Amino acid sequence: MIGVIDYKAGNAPSVLNALRALNIKAELVSTPEALRPLTGIILPGVGSARATMDSLRELRLIPALEEKVFGEKTPFLGICIGMQILMEYSAEGETPCLGWLKGRVERFDGAVRIPQMGWNEVAFRRRDPILANLKEKEYFYFVNSYYVRPAAEEVVLATTNYGREFCSMLAWGPLYATQFHTEKSGAAGLQLLKNFALLAGGERDADETSHCLF
Amino acid sequence: MLTKRLIACFDMQNGMVTKARQFQNNIPIERAEVVADRVYREQIDEIIFYDITASAERRRIDLETVKKVARRVFVPFTVGGGIKSLEEMYQVLKAGAEKISIDSMAVRFPDLIREGAQAFGRQCIVLSMQVKRVGKSSRFPSGYEIMIDGARVATGLDAVAWARQGEELGAGEICVNSIDQDGTHAGYDLEITALISNNVNVPVIASGGAGHPSHVAEVFQKTGASAAIISSMLYSPLLPRNYSVREIKDYLAARRLPVRPWVEADFN
Repeated sequence: MIGVIDYKAGNAPSVLNALRALNIKAELVSTPEALRPLTGIILPGVGSARATMDSLRELRLIPALEEKVFGEKTPFLGICIGMQILMEYSAEGETPCLGWLKGRVERFDGAVRIPQMGWNEVAFRRRDPILANLKEKEYFYFVNSYYVRPAAEEVVLATTNYGREFCSMLAWGPLYATQFHTEKSGAAGLQLLKNFALLAGGERDADETSHCLF
Repeated sequence: MLTKRLIACFDMQNGMVTKARQFQNNIPIERAEVVADRVYREQIDEIIFYDITASAERRRIDLETVKKVARRVFVPFTVGGGIKSLEEMYQVLKAGAEKISIDSMAVRFPDLIREGAQAFGRQCIVLSMQVKRVGKSSRFPSGYEIMIDGARVATGLDAVAWARQGEELGAGEICVNSIDQDGTHAGYDLEITALISNNVNVPVIASGGAGHPSHVAEVFQKTGASAAIISSMLYSPLLPRNYSVREIKDYLAARRLPVRPWVEADFN
């Protein structure tokens, strides 16, 4: 079962809607206990790094998430703020983050409109199971004022240009993360979510009829 | 490179999409989720729904319809219509919308912009403004005044001053809806769209007046707009012909405007 972490500032319902349209069994989770049986975890995010970190702490989810990802190697997908908080530190509100990956989160500089809002091109650097049936470059929907700067180049799976080149997707072991909103990126976004669900042992839901299946 | 967005914007009443002409005569057309599903499959970049009578009827947004649309549409989805509290914003976001559009209520309670941005992030808050050409004066340096309540009530606010204030309060995006151009199909109001986009750093959406793909090309070439609302071109029965999203995108791409290309996608 895929679990989508639900917290007040997140957009978990949108991610759940997308998984349901793909006929993939998924549920909203907000307790450490509910994480245990999951074969894949999605951390969606909107809002600020600080609000997201505060919510995860309040829900006592951080040790349980670390056990799943680092202990059990459960596939994990962070989306938008859910990507940014994987770094050590975010310049947004000077927020210490999870530090699962070395690196920082920086603000786009003033030469571009902030937030970046819209469809931008994502160029993948290498093949990966999560990119099955996607072309080398695809358009995805972004809404962000900040971007990640991972310390290690090898975790960068894709880059995008907005005033500068930035890391728009990363992959390291069981960890995946997208700066773009894959749940709101039309056919390409649904394909990526489906790929994640498949590599995370997601089950097809026989009971629901889909109207947006690939 | 970041592409220019095409947004389908629908007025909704009792779960049905309606079409207004200069804020009058609403003609019911089709169920909201059916219309949304169709434009999603046509690869629209974004969708906005206004529950146009929620405010006048002093009732809450039709959350059931919001949920139905959100289950079928996997592009960003904005909802507006008389939203006046954080609790209502939360309900609409939980129903599956990404963004909240506020218009008249933001003029009445500017703190709504700030509180919404603080609670949900500024990217959630779209400040929609109805602008009317009134001529330049010391009171209206931009030459445009902000109107509210379905363009019926003048506020005395200058359009550019209000846009800047809205950005300062925390709006993540500003939708400039020209009352003069709305429903004319004669093109966007380039002057005020350019003026506002030059005066704020958040993305600006051009709205009101598009009737031909050349109007969309023009607003992107001549103003700093990041997005354009194209609803009437897609489906209005009042136009001599309608255009598909693909036709409009192809038209823009042929003029070297950056758009998310239409792709062969198997949605079934």
